[in-house]
Formats: sequence, C-alpha cells, structure tokens
Amino acid sequence: MNLLRALAGWVMLRLLARFSRGSGRLPEDRPRIVAPQPPHPRAEGLAVGLLLLAAVSGVLFVVLYALEASTQLLGLALAGALLAIGVALVVLAKRVLPTEQLAEPFPEPDPEQADEVAQIVRESGDGLTRKKLLLAAGGAAGCALGAAAVAPALSLGPLLDTDPLYKTPWRRGVRLVDAHNEPVRADDIEPAAFYTAFPEGASKELLGAPLVVVRLAAADLRLPRERVGWAPGGILAFSKICTHAGCAVALYRSPLYDPTEPDPALVCPCHYSTFNPATGGEVIFGPAGRPLPQLPLMIGRDGVLRSAGDFSGPVGPSWSGVRSRRPT
Amino acid sequence: MRRRLAILAGLLVLAPAPAAADPPPIVRPIGSEQGTPQQRGSELFAANCATCHGSRGEGVKPGRGALGATGVAGAGPSLLGVGALAPDFYLTTGYMPLGRPGDQPVRARQRFHADEVRALTTYVASLGRGGPAIPPSAVGEGNVARGLESFSQHCAGCHQVVGQGGVVTGAKAPPLQHATPRQVREAVRIGPYVMPRFSTRAISAAELDDLVAYVHDAQAPKDAGGWGINHIGPFPEGIVTWLMGMVVLVASCVLIGSRLRS
Repeated sequence: MNLLRALAGWVMLRLLARFSRGSGRLPEDRPRIVAPQPPHPRAEGLAVGLLLLAAVSGVLFVVLYALEASTQLLGLALAGALLAIGVALVVLAKRVLPTEQLAEPFPEPDPEQADEVAQIVRESGDGLTRKKLLLAAGGAAGCALGAAAVAPALSLGPLLDTDPLYKTPWRRGVRLVDAHNEPVRADDIEPAAFYTAFPEGASKELLGAPLVVVRLAAADLRLPRERVGWAPGGILAFSKICTHAGCAVALYRSPLYDPTEPDPALVCPCHYSTFNPATGGEVIFGPAGRPLPQLPLMIGRDGVLRSAGDFSGPVGPSWSGVRSRRPT
Repeated sequence: MRRRLAILAGLLVLAPAPAAADPPPIVRPIGSEQGTPQQRGSELFAANCATCHGSRGEGVKPGRGALGATGVAGAGPSLLGVGALAPDFYLTTGYMPLGRPGDQPVRARQRFHADEVRALTTYVASLGRGGPAIPPSAVGEGNVARGLESFSQHCAGCHQVVGQGGVVTGAKAPPLQHATPRQVREAVRIGPYVMPRFSTRAISAAELDDLVAYVHDAQAPKDAGGWGINHIGPFPEGIVTWLMGMVVLVASCVLIGSRLRS
C-alpha cells in the first residue's frame, strides 16, 4: 500500500517537476533512507521464471486458439498465464521489495519531499539486480497476455463485410433431407409434429441450413399475400435459427385441442422468443426483433419437399443493416 | 412502448398460471361395481366424462355443451379412435378428470380405482374401433446413451436435459420424475396439451425404448462419485462451484496480504 502510494506520488511529482522549472534530478550525495538490502538472486530468478512461464502460456493460448483446441485447454493456458503473473508479483512483493509500515499524514505537495519519495523508490529497487531482465520478462508476459486477449477477435470475421451473412444454401429446387440425409417426403410430415430438415448436398453446419418443418391445417394459415403458395398442403418451413441470439428453435407448442389451448407456436428455449407459424413466423412474444425467416416450399414429382426459393429474410441474429436486403 | 407492453404482457403469460380449478368429485353410479368392464366403463363415462367429451365420445365444441354436474360448461376433444393408449395415460397420470376445460392438466394422484381405469379404457377404446393399444410397462432393453442423444434432440428443449421440467410460452412442461415407462411411451405418441406428437417416423419404436431407458435412468441417476447436489441442474451446480471458488480466492487474498514472518 505504501509502495503504491509512493509510486503514485512519484509519478505525480515527476509530472509536476516536468512542468515546473525545477529539475527532476535527484542529488546523488544525500544519505540513504531505506537501508541497503542484500540482493535476492533466487527470488528474482523465480519471478523471472514465472513471468517467462506466463509468456509461454499466453503464446500457447494463441497457438491453441489457432488450432481450435478444446475450450478446457484454452482456459488452462489463460489461467496458467494469469496465475504465473500473480505468483511472480507475490514473490517480488514478499521477497525482493522491502516491507515496512510507516504512518504519515497525507503529504502536501512539496518538492523537497518529492525528491525524498523519488529517492525512496529508487533505493527500494536496489534489491533488484537484474532490472532489465525483469522488465523484459514482465513485458513479454504482458504482451503475450494481451495477444491472448486480442486473438479471439480475429474470429469476428472480415470487418464490416456482411455479404456472407446473406448467403444461404437454399435455391429453387433444392430437396429437403433429414439428419440422416434421407429425403423428406411431404406425406411424412404429420400435423402436431415438428421436423428438422437440411438442404441436400450442403453442409448442415451452415447458419442458413437447418429448417424446422411443421404442418398446419391449410385453412388456419394467415400468410402475407406475397407468400401465397409457400406452404403446399399446409407444410411450413422456417429457419431453425432464432433471430434473437441464434439458438435452435427447438420447441413446438402444438395444441392437442385447439379451442381451449394456446395456438401453435415455435419457441426458442434460450429466451422464449415465440413465433407464430400460421402468420409466417411473426414474433408473438419474447426478445426476437425480426420474424423467423420462412422458406417457400414446393412438392416435387417424387413427393419430396423442395425449396421454391430463398428465405423471406436474413437468417440468424441481427446485425447493423440486416433489414436492408433479402438473402441470396 | 407498445413492444415493452407486449413483453410485459408476455411475462405475465410466462408467470405461473392461476391455480387450476379443483377436479370435480368422481361420481360412481349405483350398481357400477357390477357388469362387464364395457358396461361399467360406459356408466362411469356417462357420469364423469360425457360433459366434455360427449355422450358417445364425439367431443363437445365450446359453448355447445350442456352444463356439467359442477356447473362447468363442457368443451373437449373427440375420443373416437384414440384407442386404449390415451385413456390409460390421462387416467393413470391423474390428468383427467379436469376441473375446468382449458386448464393445463397437471400430474395428480389417480382419481379412479385401477379396475375403474381398466373399465373406462376398455369403453373408450371401443368408441372408435382400432386405435393404439396400451404400450408395455417394462423399461425394456433401450440404450441409455442413445436415449440421451434422442432426448436432447426431441425433449430437452422443454423438459430439461434430466427431465426436471420447464416452461414453454403459455404452458408448463411437466417434470418427468414420476413418469412411468408406460406413461412416457404414451405421452410421446399422444402429445398431451401443447406437447408435439411424435409418430413412429419421428421416433421409432426402438428409439422410444432408448428414450424410456434414459428417462428411467435420469429419475435415479447412478452417480460415479463426487457430490451430486441433488441433480438440480447445470446452473445451480455452476453457482456452487463459483461459491467454493470464491472461498479459495478469498483465502488466497488473505495469504497474499499477510506479512512475511522474518
């Protein structure tokens, strides 16, 4: 605490000294305040070692991140770096720097005292024999940790380039397949059930790939006028990715007895965004800001469901300008 | 502003629904202890179920039915063709009889005696001819690991991954702690209240066995060791870990801050 206060005072006084006319130089012939201390080569070496270890851990984090290693390993690397820095500081504070408790009133800014404080700080450092090495090791640790903190930002993707976000694997005529790549036939879609489907021949990992497919009675549909014909036989397909935070819309509220029970709804389990399939994915509850994108469907001659175009809107969580374009 | 109001209103929807009406008392017509199960079922049905489901199980449209014994206006789905599976599920879970049409049925003690359930099941199954039979009661030979996979995909969104239950906008997803294997098999095929229905294409008979094995396993998990904290789920477990971590951190701070003895 004293040391901190002294350091802060020193920095302030150095600044004051720079702006005032007085020189910041300390006279060399003044008597010591802090008793000379023996060097602590072992403790210092330990601190250097720990800081270098922290540096290695920080670099390791970056390497692991680049290799897409498991999050446990990433956490271990980061924790290792922080822990090593922490222990190094503890070692330095306990073994190398003098510990002394002095009670003093809050000092008035006084050039005389400023010199004294500066002297104290300088002489306190006498125990440090390999100052430059320590500074270098500390710098390496700080740089590596900073790099570890910044590295994940690279995953944010190209700066301000939102074009890829509008791309989906759906084109007119693409067949719908289930998780085992079996084509989804229109006859297989039963009312009161929900199905997950993917585009044939495209990666299932793409944000625009997964669909949730449900069948409502054609008479219950109240789709916007421009979407007439998007739901052959009452079969509706929506992006399975919630427009709020990108969770999978995994809940289907499907009343067994319509007159007295809540209407059918697609619900995201993360924050309970609720979408109305009958009106084309309109948000009826929850934090989602945009409707669930609907995919126009048609039934091929083979009875398999096919997309009749692309989604009604961009898939997934929103970004700046999301409403400006249709997906391609 | 309107949006905020909408969210507020929605939160009210999410809030626990007002207490469900008390279930009506069971009426046992004189002489209904005798006769074939079919006859007994018919009498019990007329006395306890017909207000909402119609005198021949054809269903009652809201506002069209006569007032029932407790003054409740009946409204309920048709039971034609539901087979023996549905009445067995609704009666053994205590879901039926329901206090007020439109309430979400909640698990309660079974209201009818076992032989009355059998009689009603026989009668309801005879209404539509055909329909699914009562599934087996045994846990079966399902694979727990595959069951977990299937459960995560189809059920965990609402029922939580170890079957502790949860909510869906406007309704509650019941916990599965007391569901018997037979009831799990039945619920998957029926889709009670707002639960989706899973056909044999969505969940095959073998997959259903896996699911049942998993639900059964999750009801009394075999702990490999450590502290289970009553299987209350990942978030509370995380908080417990966090609290213990805080104690360690405070202890470290005290150690670091203490003066070196020299």
